[in-house]
Amino acid sequence: MSQQEKDLLQVKNLKTGFYIEGELHHAVADVSFEVKPKEVVCIVGESGCGKSVMSLSIMQLLPELISKISDGQIFFEGEDLVQKNDREMNKIRGKEIGMIFQEPMTALNPVFTIGYQLQEVLFNHTTMSKKEARERSIELMKEVGISRPEKIIDEYPHQLSGGMRQRVMIAMAIALHPKLLIADEPTTALDVTVQAQILELLKDIQDKEDMAIMLITHDLGVVAEVADKVVVMYAGQVVEDAEVNELFANPKHPYTTSLLGSIPKMDQEQDRLNTIGGIVPSLENMPHVGCRFADRCPMAFEDCKKVTPQLASVNGQHQARCLLNKECYPADHPEHKEAISQ
Amino acid sequence: MSEQSVMERDHQHSQADSDVLLEVKNLKKYFPVTAGFFKRKVGDVKAVDNVSLTLKKGETFGLVGESGCGKSTTGRTILRLTNATDGQIIFDGQDITRLRGSRLRKFRQNFQMVFQDPYASLNTKMMVGHIVDEPLRNFTDKSSKQLKSQIKELLVRVGLRDTDYYKYPHEFSGGQRQRIGIARALAVNPKLIIADEPVSALDVSIQSQVLNLLKDLQEEFNLTYLFIAHDLSVVKHMSDRIGVMYLGHLVEVGSNEAIYKEPLHPYTQALTSAIPEPDPTKKKERIILEGDVPNPQNPPSGCVFHTRCPVAMPKCKEIVPQLREVRPNHEVACLLYDED
Repeated sequence: MSQQEKDLLQVKNLKTGFYIEGELHHAVADVSFEVKPKEVVCIVGESGCGKSVMSLSIMQLLPELISKISDGQIFFEGEDLVQKNDREMNKIRGKEIGMIFQEPMTALNPVFTIGYQLQEVLFNHTTMSKKEARERSIELMKEVGISRPEKIIDEYPHQLSGGMRQRVMIAMAIALHPKLLIADEPTTALDVTVQAQILELLKDIQDKEDMAIMLITHDLGVVAEVADKVVVMYAGQVVEDAEVNELFANPKHPYTTSLLGSIPKMDQEQDRLNTIGGIVPSLENMPHVGCRFADRCPMAFEDCKKVTPQLASVNGQHQARCLLNKECYPADHPEHKEAISQ
Repeated sequence: MSEQSVMERDHQHSQADSDVLLEVKNLKKYFPVTAGFFKRKVGDVKAVDNVSLTLKKGETFGLVGESGCGKSTTGRTILRLTNATDGQIIFDGQDITRLRGSRLRKFRQNFQMVFQDPYASLNTKMMVGHIVDEPLRNFTDKSSKQLKSQIKELLVRVGLRDTDYYKYPHEFSGGQRQRIGIARALAVNPKLIIADEPVSALDVSIQSQVLNLLKDLQEEFNLTYLFIAHDLSVVKHMSDRIGVMYLGHLVEVGSNEAIYKEPLHPYTQALTSAIPEPDPTKKKERIILEGDVPNPQNPPSGCVFHTRCPVAMPKCKEIVPQLREVRPNHEVACLLYDED
């Protein structure tokens, strides 16, 4: 069995860009990672790092007029999604890959009932009768912990609270037992106690349905809670990719280290928090050569501005993109050869 | 209690009173709900119900709670941005609850606010320099030139450049905009700053910059903060004391240590346990609350938390618990801690 078949999802050197004044600027520049069946992979990064654009690229949901996947492949069960046309993608969206969006307030259509929107996905992908679809919807709503589903099915989104709406979104996403669930910041708009409910629910469902989850978040607390594997993104690139305990205990990229240091810890007295100076460079001003984090990096040295680091394995499954690890020098660089020969 | 200890306590009390900057007594803010053509009043949303708190000079008091619990309304009512329905706000010994007109305007230089959304709280058509000096113009007779150099100094102090005086808000990132908002609040040299979710719109790396800045400024200008946020870990980092709000009621007040280490109220316990901690090796015992926050227009009888409380008793439906000091400097409003 080839690697592409063993992995449920494999993103390979993905580049997605937007046209700004006629020129293509890459919001996602060289992203590679894998999701294995039944695995929970968290994609972490700050706003503007390209994590949402990446997930929309997987679903092929970006508007064609202003954006373009210019390079790379997205293998889902061995098939390249980039090559598929809209009709073929429609069969995959919702059925094979489910998606939950960030804003439960805006992701539901306000003029249709909850039941109508839930049944839509069932009608599109199966040959269920109206009655069957209604029964299945009620069943689904029970599964995601909605009380009184028989009543709520005929209500409109504005009659539900944020947590309830997110449950409806989850019910929709898992309606056809997808193998992969992409959740884009599913709990960001919710209160902590409701967030705890939703995370618990996602874990339960993942267990029951045997599906893989790709969870996009900026909250490292949530990551520690649910992830098996973590992918850290910065300025459109993957900068680190590791198993969750390994990443928190032994981060190899200064960005990850700084990110971990800048969250206030509940069980420690800290006088000052770690900060990362400066801000993420804008799309138009992204450096072409060198490390994209160099300007803000506390550990930056001479080579960082001159040599573009590669994503490379630094410790078994642990990958990083930082020149502090000699493995990350480009293959033709003397430092790289030195690291290999050792 | 022996006579001596009573005297000691009284002494402490009077001493404590002199460093109190703000005292809020039984503050209530009800919003009327109207219906029908004649806008008949049919009920109240009790956004803030019987909240009492004191802020000592130079301390940070954190107010936490979920959306809709009334924490922002409490802040706004204290600043007299809306009028209180009932209760008293005593600022530096003066009752300001009913202050009006020019006297209120004059008083406003004592307290300022930092708003949540740095994208919405700055006028996009005003130059940064004018945004920051606008509050100051009301209270000073300095010449424009003096003002300008003072504002530029202030911009540098909050981590911006003095040339930023001439720029417009769209030229700044979220974190920088929040710095502008902080500079604006500082311009009039206030005693109290109410920061309403000042970092919730920012990324973590930027959030920590702003939190550090707020701490530095507090030390430098001897400020008192009322820090309102929903993120308990941020509040805990910033505050000396914390008040927890639920559905318009203050349910627990204590030192930040006490609230985190031994929360007494079942709601606080659930809240602290619900925070995901950035440490995968630590698996916490979680208290997952059922359901959602009830509608504040029709709050539950008795203790407002009883509908979601994992340890609710029959009497919780009937008796409204009062905030009582059950441990030294640790107050809680819960019938579990009533001896009788």
